[in-house]
Amino acid sequence: MAVEASRTSGILPASAPAPTAASSLPRYPALWLLALFLLILPAFGSDFVLIQLFGWTFILGMIALSLMFLGGYGGMVSLVQMTVAGCAGYMVAIFGTSAVAEISLGWPWWLAVVVAIVIATLFGTLSGALSVRTEGIYTIMITLAIASAFFYFTLQNYSIFNGFSGFNAVRVPQVFGIDWRAAVPFYYLTLFWAVIAYLAVVYVSRSPFGLALQGTRDNARRMEALGFNVTAHRIAAYAFASVIAAVAGVLLVWHGGQISPGTAGVGPVVDILIIAVAGGMSRPIGPFIGALIYVLLRTFALDVMEAVGLDGKRFQLLVGVGFLLIVLFSPDGVLGLWQRWHRRFLAPAAPPARGGVR
Amino acid sequence: MSRFIERHPAWALVAILALAFLLYLVLATWPPGLEEVLGRKRVFLTALINGITLGGLYFLVASGFTLIFGLMRNVNLAHGSLYLLGGYLGYEFANLTGGWVLSLVIAFIIIAALGMVLQFTIFRWMEGQDLRQTLVTIAISIVLADLMLWRWGGDFYQVPSPSWLTGPVQLPLVTAVRSSGEAVYLQYPLVRLIIFAGAVVIGVLMWLALNRTKVGMLVRAGVDDRDMLSATGVRVQLVFLGVFAFGAGLAGFAGVVGGTFQSLQPGEDTKILLASLVVVIVGGMGSIPGAALGALIIGLAEQFGSVYMPTYAVVLTFVIMVLVLAWRPQGLLRGS
Repeated sequence: MAVEASRTSGILPASAPAPTAASSLPRYPALWLLALFLLILPAFGSDFVLIQLFGWTFILGMIALSLMFLGGYGGMVSLVQMTVAGCAGYMVAIFGTSAVAEISLGWPWWLAVVVAIVIATLFGTLSGALSVRTEGIYTIMITLAIASAFFYFTLQNYSIFNGFSGFNAVRVPQVFGIDWRAAVPFYYLTLFWAVIAYLAVVYVSRSPFGLALQGTRDNARRMEALGFNVTAHRIAAYAFASVIAAVAGVLLVWHGGQISPGTAGVGPVVDILIIAVAGGMSRPIGPFIGALIYVLLRTFALDVMEAVGLDGKRFQLLVGVGFLLIVLFSPDGVLGLWQRWHRRFLAPAAPPARGGVR
Repeated sequence: MSRFIERHPAWALVAILALAFLLYLVLATWPPGLEEVLGRKRVFLTALINGITLGGLYFLVASGFTLIFGLMRNVNLAHGSLYLLGGYLGYEFANLTGGWVLSLVIAFIIIAALGMVLQFTIFRWMEGQDLRQTLVTIAISIVLADLMLWRWGGDFYQVPSPSWLTGPVQLPLVTAVRSSGEAVYLQYPLVRLIIFAGAVVIGVLMWLALNRTKVGMLVRAGVDDRDMLSATGVRVQLVFLGVFAFGAGLAGFAGVVGGTFQSLQPGEDTKILLASLVVVIVGGMGSIPGAALGALIIGLAEQFGSVYMPTYAVVLTFVIMVLVLAWRPQGLLRGS
C-alpha cells in the first residue's frame, strides 16, 4: 500500500529503502558550484583536461549511469550496458563514414546516429527481455554471457564488424559551422548529454513508472499482486537505460575516433560495473564520481606508481584491490563513505541512507 | 527414460531417429552425395569427437561452478581465474617433477585450499548477499589475472603430457575406403580420449557421491533448503567449506587438463568462464546432469560451428543459449 500512496503523492515514504530521487534535487549549494565550475572550465582548462579527463568522464559516467538506473532502481545489475554503447559506436561507424570504406555506408551523420541509437536500444532491450525472464543473480550471468558473445562475435566477424582492427577515423561531424572535434565544443557536447541523461534519470525515477520500478525491486510479488506487470516494467527500464548507453556509445566512438572489439571487451564491461559500484549505486551522481575516479586513476596512476617506486604495469592490480576493498568495506561506494562521514560529523539527525549493493 | 517415452512419444521418436542417423553417419562409409553436403567424413568425425572431448573439459569446469552456485548461491566469477591458476601451477609442477598425474593432484589440492581460504575469510561473512559476493569474485578475478600476468607473462604455455599419453591412436571408425578396397581408419590423439574418459569417471563418481552417500545427501538438502538443513543441526558452514573447496579444486584440475590439450595464456580465464556460464545456463543452474548435458551441447556446437561456419561459431553457441532461455529460462535439466 505504501507504494500506491507514494504513486499519488510523488514522495517516497521515509521508510522506503533508498535510492530515492527526491534528495538529488540541486538544492545544495555545492551542486550549483559544481555546475558553475563545469560551465566555465573551458576558460582555464587545457584541451587535455577538457577531452581526456572530463569528456571521457562524462561518457563513461553516462554508461555507468544507465547501469546505476537498472541496478539502483530496478535491482537488475546488467553487464550489457557497455556492450550497448559499443553496439551504438559500431553502428555509427558502419552506417556513417570511417577509414574502412568497403564496409562503411557513408550515410549523413544524423541518419547514422539515429539509426545507431535505435539499433543499440533494440539490442539492449532484447538482452533485457532475455534476462528478466529469470530472477536476481542470474541477470549478471546472462548479461555477461551476452556481452562476451558480442565481443567474440565482433572479433571473429570481418564482413560486418571488420574483425580485430575494427573501424578508425570515425569523425565528429561539422554542424552549424562548428567543428565539434575541437576541444571546447566537444567538451560542451559531452557535458550537455551527460546533464540531459542525469536529469532524465532523476525525472524518470520520480515518475510513476520509476516508483513502480523501485517497487518491483523491493518486492516483485507484491507489485504483481497490486496489478503491475513486473516483466513489462523491467523491460521498459532496460529500454530507457539502453537509450542512455547508446547516446554515450555514439559520443564514445567520436571521442576516440575509432572502435574495435576491445572497446566493449570483457575488461571494459567489468570496468563499467566497477565505476558504478565504486561511485555508489544509490544516486545518479554516483556513477559520475566513480567515472572521474576511474579516469584520474587511468590517466595518472601509472606515473604516480612509478614515481613512488612501484611497477606501473600493475595498474590492474591496483584497480582490483581497490574494488575489493570498496566492496568489502563500503558497498555503497564513495557516496556511501561520504554519507557515513556526513552523518557522523555534520548531521546526526539525517535519516539513514540505504540501497546500493545488497 | 521409459517415462519420457510414455509422456512424449513423438519427441522420443524424433530423438531415436536422430540418434540412429548419427550412428549411421559415424559408422557407415559415406556415399558421394553425403560428402557433397557435409564435406569429408574425416572432418565430420574429428569435429564430433573434438566436440565431445571439449565437452568433457567444460563439464569439469562447469560442474564445480554449478555445485558452488547450487549450494551457496554464489556466482563465482573468479572460476575462470582458478582454472587458469591451476593450469599454470600444473605446468610448473609437471616441469619440476615430470609427473603429469602428480601435477593434476597438486593443482587440485592447492586450488582447493585457495577456495577454502576464500570461503573462510570472505564469503562466509556475506552469506545471502548474492550480488556482493559476485562483485567480490569479480574483484578477485581481476587481482588474480594481474598476478598471473606478473608471474607468467603473456606467453603460451602447454602442460607437457607424459610419453604414454602422446601420439595418435587408431579408432575403429572407417573414414574412407581407398580405391584398392582398403579401409582408412580415423587417427585421434590418445590424450584427449583419456581426458574425456577421466571426465566421465569423475562425473559418475560425483553423481554417486551426491546421490548415494551421506555427505551427498547433506549437499542436496542444502541445495533445496539451506535454512532447514542448518536448523536440523547440521554444521552447514562445514558443508559449504567442503563444497567450495571441491568446486574450486575441480577448476584447478580442469586447468591442468585444459593446459594439456589446449594452451594456457592470459584471456583463457575469461574464455573458460564464459563457457561455463553458458554451459550452466543451458543445462540448468545447480544441476550436475545439467552441466554434463550443457557441456556436451556447447562443446559440440563450438566444434561443429568452427568447422562448418567459421565466422559465426560464437553466434551458434549464443543462439543455443538464447533459445534455451526463451523456451526454458531455468535451463534444460532443472525442475521449475
